[in-house]
Amino acid sequence: MSMTDSTEPVPVRSGAVSLILADSRFPGGGHVHSGGLEEAVERGLIHGTADLRPFLAGRLRATGELTAVFAAAAAHAAARGVTRRHWAVLDSEFDARTPSAAQREASRAQGRGTARAASAGWPSPVLRELLAETPRPHHPVILGVITGMSGGRPVDAASTAAYLAVSGPASAAVRLLGLDPLAVNGIVANLSRALDDVAGRAAAVAGDDPRDLPAPGAPALDLLAEAQLRHHKEEVRLFAS
Amino acid sequence: MPAEPDHDDHDGHDHGGHGHGHVHPVNFDPTAAEPDPFDAAPEGGRACRIGIGGPVGSGKTALTAALCRTLGEELNLAVVTNDIYTTEDADYLRKAGVLDPSRIEAVQTGACPHTAIRDDITANLDAVDELEERFPGLDLVIIESGGDNLTAVFSRGLVDSQVFVVDVAGGDKVPRKGGPGVTTADLLVINKIDIAHLVGADMDVMTSDAHRMRGELPVITQSLVDTPGAPAVSDWVRSLLPITTA
Repeated sequence: MSMTDSTEPVPVRSGAVSLILADSRFPGGGHVHSGGLEEAVERGLIHGTADLRPFLAGRLRATGELTAVFAAAAAHAAARGVTRRHWAVLDSEFDARTPSAAQREASRAQGRGTARAASAGWPSPVLRELLAETPRPHHPVILGVITGMSGGRPVDAASTAAYLAVSGPASAAVRLLGLDPLAVNGIVANLSRALDDVAGRAAAVAGDDPRDLPAPGAPALDLLAEAQLRHHKEEVRLFAS
Repeated sequence: MPAEPDHDDHDGHDHGGHGHGHVHPVNFDPTAAEPDPFDAAPEGGRACRIGIGGPVGSGKTALTAALCRTLGEELNLAVVTNDIYTTEDADYLRKAGVLDPSRIEAVQTGACPHTAIRDDITANLDAVDELEERFPGLDLVIIESGGDNLTAVFSRGLVDSQVFVVDVAGGDKVPRKGGPGVTTADLLVINKIDIAHLVGADMDVMTSDAHRMRGELPVITQSLVDTPGAPAVSDWVRSLLPITTA
């Protein structure tokens, strides 16, 4: 492990960037992804807020943890300056930790959408290098690059990624099941501490070689993602993932 | 991290899994500059994009099919559908046989059809990009929204012009109710006029209200039973082509 958040000089933070990226109004294509929640609902695994709570907690510890790690690593890399090739390595290391092809595609679709919005909102040489190397980057990678190049810290990028890993399915649950949005917001709010822990762990390894980054996962989410894609092709699904 | 069976190349010189399948040459010189391996974006002359929106059941898909039938012979065109049931409209269009199925892309809207055409147009832009890559030189892309309410309009970032379709069966008060769809769309179509007498809709009221709400903006009344080719709307579309924006 090289530099960690605590040993870095405190950079000039652009806090609004994290807020913009985490905002559900950000036009990066996130609203069409449910993170496996639609498939779980279709299978009768989630009926109400009581079932939603463990789903979101589990997704945070799997997808959220992984995306936080890669967002933090990308932010660290963008801030310290890396060769163009680094982005391809980071991107393919995320591939390697995402066994479901459907999840890889969902991540790239959101990465592409975020890239489009970022190219209009924050044009920069780092962003152009990333997109020249990988035009459809993984979602956490570009979240990290945008955060890092804007002066945000790895932990900020990790927080954003981890939060999006739960806020997307939470919003999908409100839309699909008609759950009380206040109750669902309460569930997300109660994950604050866990979100901070995930972001902290991710920031602690942000400077590591991409090959050594953690590889948390959840086979059930992989299977739900694959099933969602198959059912989407055969019948009706409202969300892309 | 331990070895991963599907990923034995950590230096990224053949990371075919990252979506675009190109291969980088091995080069360990960190200062080496490589040419951009990607094709430049096509110059100018992109396809004109027309949005077709309106309430559920007003005839958006039927109008889209009619435009494909009438304009498909003379224009290089493609369609993006946003029906909330994902493939419903795409299947209708494919079965109608009005367009090569590969020219139809369906997008998922996450149960929010208005969001997908207005607030976050990512999925639709991706679909348009996909079609433009598949069919270089497209003249026209028709983007059909899922059925929505009277406030749903397309973002100007997604379409060049938009049509709002209402029908007589929805009630002759609809134009009077206004809303951004009725008042600001580049064209308002009042559809199914052949059944106006059956549903008690007063056409004079509908058209005069529509003109009053819309000022100078055009209104077309039509019946796809009487004129299956939607000739008036087709002429309006022709008048938009080719687009002249950079």
